[in-house]
Amino acid sequence: MMEHFRQTFREEADELLVELEHSLLELEQNPADDELIDRVFRAMHTLKGSSSMFGFDDIAAFSHEVETVLDLVRDGKTGVTKELIRLTLLARDQIKAMIKVSVDNGELDVERTEELVAAFHKLVGTALPVLVPAGLSSSASSQPGDSGLEIVYAIRFRPDRDIFKRGLNPVHLLNDLHELGLCRITAKTNDIPPLADLDPELCYLQWDIMLTTTHGVDAIRDIFMFVGEESSVEIEVIPRESGEEARKIRPELPCQAAGSGKPRTKAIKAISSIRVAAEKLDHLVNLVGELVTAQARLSQTALAHNDTGLIALAEEIERLTEGLRDTALNVRMLPIGGTFGRMRRLVHDLSSELGKDVELITEGAETELDKAVIERLADPLVHLIRNSIDHGIEKSTVRMAAGKPPCGTIRLTAAYSGASVLLTLSDDGAGIDREAVHARGVKMGLISAGTELPDRDLLNLIFAPGFSTSAKITNISGRGVGMDVVKRGVEALRGAISITSTRGEGATVSFRIPLTLAIIESLLVQIGTTNFVVPLSLVEECIELTRTDVAQAHGRRLVDVRGAIIPYISLRERFGIGGIQPEIEQIVVVEVDGKRIGLVVDHVIGGHQTVIKSLGRLFREAQGISGATMLGDGTVALILDVPQLVGDEEVLERRTFGNAPFTEKGTMHA
Amino acid sequence: MHEVTTAETTQYLTFTLEEEVFAIDIGKVREVLDYTAVTRVPQTPEFMRGVINLRGNVVPVMDMRQKFGMSATEKRVNTCIIIMEVMVDDEVTIIGSLADSVREVLDLEPGQIEPAPRIGTRLNVDFIQGMGKHENGFVMILDIDKIFCDDELATYGTDDVMNQLQG
Repeated sequence: MMEHFRQTFREEADELLVELEHSLLELEQNPADDELIDRVFRAMHTLKGSSSMFGFDDIAAFSHEVETVLDLVRDGKTGVTKELIRLTLLARDQIKAMIKVSVDNGELDVERTEELVAAFHKLVGTALPVLVPAGLSSSASSQPGDSGLEIVYAIRFRPDRDIFKRGLNPVHLLNDLHELGLCRITAKTNDIPPLADLDPELCYLQWDIMLTTTHGVDAIRDIFMFVGEESSVEIEVIPRESGEEARKIRPELPCQAAGSGKPRTKAIKAISSIRVAAEKLDHLVNLVGELVTAQARLSQTALAHNDTGLIALAEEIERLTEGLRDTALNVRMLPIGGTFGRMRRLVHDLSSELGKDVELITEGAETELDKAVIERLADPLVHLIRNSIDHGIEKSTVRMAAGKPPCGTIRLTAAYSGASVLLTLSDDGAGIDREAVHARGVKMGLISAGTELPDRDLLNLIFAPGFSTSAKITNISGRGVGMDVVKRGVEALRGAISITSTRGEGATVSFRIPLTLAIIESLLVQIGTTNFVVPLSLVEECIELTRTDVAQAHGRRLVDVRGAIIPYISLRERFGIGGIQPEIEQIVVVEVDGKRIGLVVDHVIGGHQTVIKSLGRLFREAQGISGATMLGDGTVALILDVPQLVGDEEVLERRTFGNAPFTEKGTMHA
Repeated sequence: MHEVTTAETTQYLTFTLEEEVFAIDIGKVREVLDYTAVTRVPQTPEFMRGVINLRGNVVPVMDMRQKFGMSATEKRVNTCIIIMEVMVDDEVTIIGSLADSVREVLDLEPGQIEPAPRIGTRLNVDFIQGMGKHENGFVMILDIDKIFCDDELATYGTDDVMNQLQG
């Protein structure tokens, strides 16, 4: 049971910590925003409350120290400084570490806690009132007066009928209220039944209380903290100037609920949401995937039977299934803003570590992507931002000398673009040193010394595995640290990455990521009796390949498409599929890394809604196949891993013919 | 050699490969399906016949005959796919296996099971959990986890593909 509570606490605390971090970083940008200060304070206060409730006294004590400082800020007794933000961020990390330690049983750096507390004390100096001894749970009397002003609260307390059975006595609560200030209490007796029906163990009374106090609303909430969710406590502030209507802070406040606010807080936006385990959602999406497949079979069967009634029904089911599919996929969509928030922290930490002035501007934080996609996007983004700050953006002095503003800018944007999301990360730093990239490419044997590559191809060299390993290149130009890892990460998401750079003006990395990993639009093709699907996002066009074409090419795997020479791969040969190849084969032209390459198949069948399934661990080594999907007739089609197929082919050709990587320009047969 | 440690009567599902009778612990068997079309995954070992759609899940199917060095299974009227739960890398994995026919469920007491002889089975003895005496003959009890724990499945990789393509 305790385990369960701890888990709940941990989840809740994680959310609060994220919220705290975001608010702090925003506050750094807008130090005068009262709303933000409140949010920071509230998050810390709730952390304190729930950690003490769950028995994490050290966390409660520490967060109390921080909260006390934040309270001074809230009252305007001390200002929002960089140092305060930095310390509070560190405190947040420390709380995170403390939670981790308490849940996983590890070693905690106690000295660090003390150091931070000392630093906070030093920061606020004499402004700090006498600190309350550590380890306190929370009680009204321990809270310093919020503002010193007297505020009148109207409190309506409707206890749960069963409140006595849970060992609570409302009279004690009312007495506690008395201690806060002048109290006028009215008991409502309307609900008391006739004596014959009266159960002496139930509480029929309700109370209206007018309280005049200098304490904040938190102090009142703390008193009612343990009355349970069945009881209701409403707290309203009665403004001093009569005539103005009482502002509701929170209608129906479920006690123990997170958050607290000063009377001046604007009404908190109510978001009605529930917490669901991710596995349940995954299961739902799987079931919907099966349903989509079953529905396709139903439609086929209905058509085959030529029964009007059945066809109408099948169409109805099709419509419903599509709706259900879209909804189910949508449930897993999360705004990318959370990841942006993490990047903000990274920029904050890195820039102060490297002594550079960098500002992160984000756009499109509300853009939604599948949860799985978002989780896997974070690492590539971290990598790119590190590169940008470490190597791209120059020191302020250098920037000024180059006539740029001293503060560097990194712009991170997300926007919808069809069925995918386009993410761009651009900086206004030094850009990529082309000569250095070229030199390194020659050294690694990727290109020959005399070759002049077009810009795009040259920059793409950065993504070559091992390109980054040389310290030299990173010192000269930067951008190269594990870019192959970034590229692989993006490709694993079925995304594409591209890079542009202007010397002296900065670099831009953009990637296109599909909205979801669960279902993709694809093209169904056939080789022999086996069905394959190609992600439609990669497909450019389909053309015919006749025997005459093959004969005319003298054994070269090249085809002329409206004047452009395109290399192709025979999948039948590549996959070792037997049988007779048809007279006219089809080439599916795909674009990979900006190069067009043909995949030769027997037949192109048409579009297909592909519910992606893993091939499982036994086939994890399968080359050129990234997964499987079910077709309408119940058989399995394999999903082609196009980037890998093309990459392997390049390696093969190079091994066989000793060529540099082939490009559309046809250098492979030079 | 594998010791049989079971103290109580265990049930086994018997099936045939060519004319020979084999058995596996029924606890490993999930269900038996009629033969359905198997989609071959390119560039995988011959005995991995491919994958099937089992109610929306992709399930790999192996040909145990090929695994044991017999000829490839051909579809006949009794051909079926035994769906089993196999431990692969310490995780339960659902795998289908082709069988020429499925016979019966057999109760065998520990006394009826003998360790497999080191020679004469024409099979990798690691795959055999024991020999069960039944009626006038015997059945070979397979240790299905062992069949999948050898490295064979992981040994094919890029290099093999490259060699195969170049060769």
